[in-house]
Amino acid sequence: MSAPKGARAGERGPDRADLLAMLYTMKLTRALEERIERRLYRQGKIVGGVYVGRGQEAISVGAGMHIRRTGDPARDDVVFPSHRDMAVFLMQGIEPRRVLAQYMGRRTGPTRGRDGNMHMGDMTHRVVSFISHLGDTIPVAAGCALTFRMHGTDQVCFAFFGDGTTSRGDWHSGVNLAAVQRLPVVFICNNNQYAYSTPLARQMAVARVADRAVGYGIPGESVDGNDVLAVHDAVGRAVARARAGVGPTLVEGVTFRMTGHSAHDDAGYVPDATLEEWRGRDPIARFAGQLETRGLVDRAGLVELDRRIEQEIDTAVGGAESDPWPAPEECLEGVYHGTGGDAWR
Amino acid sequence: MALTTYVEAIRQGIWEEMERDERVFLLGEDIGIYGGAFKVTEGMLDRFGEMRVIDTPIAESAIVGAAIGAALMGMRPVAEMQFIDFISCAFDQITNFAAKNRYRWGAGVPIVIRGPAGGGVHGGPFHSQNPEMYYVHTPGLKVVTPATAYDAKGLIKAAIRDEDPVLYLEHKYLYRRIKEELPSEDYIVPIGRAAVRREGRDLTMLTYAAMLYPCLEAAEDLRREGHEVEVIDLRSLLPLDKDAILTSAKKTGKAMIVHEDTRTGGIAGEITAILNEEVFEYLDGPVLRVTAPDTPVPYSPPLEKFFLPDKDKILATARQLLAY
Amino acid sequence: MKRSGAKATIDLAGLYPGPARPIANPGLTRDQLLEIHRLLRLNRIVEDKLSALYRQGHITGGFFSSLGQEAISVGTAFALRPDDPLAPMIRNIGSVLARGVTPGDLFLQYLARRDGPTRGRDGTLHFGNVERFALIGPISHLGTLIPVMAGAALAARMRGEDRVALTYIGDGGTSTGDFHEGFNLAAVLRLPLILVVENNGYAYSTPLPRQVAIASFAEKGPAYGVAAESVDGTDVLAVYAATRRAADRGRRGEGPTLLECRAFRMKGHAEHDDMRYVPKDLIEAWKNRDPIDRFEAFLVAEGHLRRADLETAAATLSRGVDAAAETALAAPLPEPHEALGGVLCEPGFEKPWWPA
Repeated sequence: MSAPKGARAGERGPDRADLLAMLYTMKLTRALEERIERRLYRQGKIVGGVYVGRGQEAISVGAGMHIRRTGDPARDDVVFPSHRDMAVFLMQGIEPRRVLAQYMGRRTGPTRGRDGNMHMGDMTHRVVSFISHLGDTIPVAAGCALTFRMHGTDQVCFAFFGDGTTSRGDWHSGVNLAAVQRLPVVFICNNNQYAYSTPLARQMAVARVADRAVGYGIPGESVDGNDVLAVHDAVGRAVARARAGVGPTLVEGVTFRMTGHSAHDDAGYVPDATLEEWRGRDPIARFAGQLETRGLVDRAGLVELDRRIEQEIDTAVGGAESDPWPAPEECLEGVYHGTGGDAWR
Repeated sequence: MALTTYVEAIRQGIWEEMERDERVFLLGEDIGIYGGAFKVTEGMLDRFGEMRVIDTPIAESAIVGAAIGAALMGMRPVAEMQFIDFISCAFDQITNFAAKNRYRWGAGVPIVIRGPAGGGVHGGPFHSQNPEMYYVHTPGLKVVTPATAYDAKGLIKAAIRDEDPVLYLEHKYLYRRIKEELPSEDYIVPIGRAAVRREGRDLTMLTYAAMLYPCLEAAEDLRREGHEVEVIDLRSLLPLDKDAILTSAKKTGKAMIVHEDTRTGGIAGEITAILNEEVFEYLDGPVLRVTAPDTPVPYSPPLEKFFLPDKDKILATARQLLAY
Repeated sequence: MKRSGAKATIDLAGLYPGPARPIANPGLTRDQLLEIHRLLRLNRIVEDKLSALYRQGHITGGFFSSLGQEAISVGTAFALRPDDPLAPMIRNIGSVLARGVTPGDLFLQYLARRDGPTRGRDGTLHFGNVERFALIGPISHLGTLIPVMAGAALAARMRGEDRVALTYIGDGGTSTGDFHEGFNLAAVLRLPLILVVENNGYAYSTPLPRQVAIASFAEKGPAYGVAAESVDGTDVLAVYAATRRAADRGRRGEGPTLLECRAFRMKGHAEHDDMRYVPKDLIEAWKNRDPIDRFEAFLVAEGHLRRADLETAAATLSRGVDAAAETALAAPLPEPHEALGGVLCEPGFEKPWWPA
């Protein structure tokens, strides 16, 4: 089972294959991130920081299913994931081994060791790397969408970000530009209700990120971010609008950050009761339960799925651990065009 | 007496100034309830309250802008950039508002913008920068870079008491790695004054922040080879302590600069121009420099090691200069 | 709607003025009404003079007129207390006049004279004095004043004062990052900040529909979780009343207000700009919304003044303005070496040198 290659789903609702692909991807993401955060990081095998999206997988997956992936750059969508959208990388075809190589600073990662954790991109897979300066990718996504309009295609840009990012000036400028130019961007907010230690109420004076949309004259929709089908549904509507040339939409998935800001943060500032409550709404358990009820999976199948995923990760970890480090002098390459490292894979 | 770490020294300095002057207040991301990403402001929310320790949205430009506004109205804000790399988000407010206000209509902007700079911690391109020169290039600002716990405390106090906008660049690599005994009484370290960390007659090493330590180690190695190296900790990049630089260069006749910042546009070039203009006749060899190369700060350990200056690179250049 | 590469036609319908509602007195005394009139008329006369000086080549840099928008500057500033921090933008001469800045000061400033508010170091309204006028001057980068004035409001609250801060932004300036960061900060901290959005239809050559996808900036209120209002910016008393409401709200601790004042930019972006990109009929449509004509008609209709009094008042103000301009023209320019000094705090530059 692998991530879907083309997004037919948006047009007519997810079929059985789509549903199973979504389950697989959510589970793979969860397992891979757990391996990174709870084992490899603690074993000292990760270079630098670790940022995972535990509990928020439904947003990346529900939205990511709509990304068109035919292999033809003139038709495919482009995606701007955030650091909590591991699933997007996997769905776009960046394999676990490469992700692990990135985390481990190896030469075989998408940045050849030049940047760490989720700061990776690969244009052949139509993924634009984000940077730590949150919100900076939003105007960039608008610009990308502008080229689609110029070429008269129905391609779409998917821009992912968190609740905190929406306070940044670049987020505002980018959304406004997309709105006034009616650009084909789908803005997807992972509202996990905390930006490091800053709760939502200290970030904005509105109750929902989607409330910001009216200020730009674009539609805003807020859904249960732990319901992958609800996310899929809402993003599907947004994608349809974008492809039809109507303009951007702000879709918000309300979820909760089930970890610290990063692996070193114990998030002691989050009330235990709140975490407990959200544990009961785990998006993967919920979805698996729904599929079980519909007879699309059974217990045994789920166990087997988990086992295969662990094996897949074991192989990827073994591979990445044996991958070479970059040579020291590679530090100097790729600053400018023609200075080495241009054609990256 | 207890040894105080560099990060604790900063915390003490801020705390004491908050006690001393009720106009001083803090704003930044995660500084209140979380005590700051590096715990520089730990305990301050409880002690000083929400009014004076403000957790802001993610909005560096607004953080600095609001600091400017509050300063114009008579307050003494200290704005934190969670990582100094994010100071670029507030570039406009710093360089075009804060820096130019006194010059244009006489109203000073006594703000401090502080945060952790520097690499060596696997931070990658966006958590390891040394952006000082964008601001050293801006008249109207002051830029300081403490390298010791003593200076960290003395300089944050001086910065807070200064009437002009000060960028206070902490080095994250030094946070918990260095410690010393600090005096219990109030003291400040004046802005614009370098410190001679090691005296010598044969060669002058000019450096700042984390590079002080490999310079001192290199100097010790060279002593065993019969050379006495003078190591000067600049402490203040804007204004530079020209007197200290020139006095030492005249004494030794051989000068080199070591900085973690990238080569082109780094302060080594500026200092070289000054030495050329002012003490050319005293120099027995060219002014050399050891710097990071002109690339973003890379993430993977072998790349970052290649990138950062270290004792061996310093020794190589020092020996080259001593041979003149 | 099919997208294509062809130029989309812009719908400018929303830029035309709707029917004007009659001006109503929200409870001001005759003296207050006359003072408002004086400020409006003085604003117009000073700017006419500046325009003339510009054409004669005396102005250093640019002059940015507020023709047609004077009611916004005057109505807002008049509604504040003298100690409420105010930050004008360059089209808000009326607001600094309301604070007590003299035409003479303005001419010295625009003519880059040695004894002007910035000693010739900067132009237009880029000056201030917090102690004397509670005035904070802008810089050219649009939007930057918003976080700054949020900070001013923050300082007032920290010291337990019930002062409100007020600043302006144009329709174009609302697209900047600083607009958003500053206003969001004010909203989340519930600061007493009044943000006046002067919607005059154009940002240089960019009409409103190319700037934003909303019809009125009041729509941004709920997007920030704050109070918002939209008023006729050519009705000085409506602007005044709305500003009072916002100020009262801020003083009660209820947070910021976004106050949209709608008018039209009756001249180009700056003196050199002939506005050829604006449809003639659009400019024509706003001609009978001149805020000063409207207010004078109101004063006469309400019996506060006669036409002849208005003419006398204008003539008196003109004489004063002419004299101030002559004085400024004769005033010395700064000495070249005076470019140095005051970059940092040093004797002679510890605090504003203006007003003397």
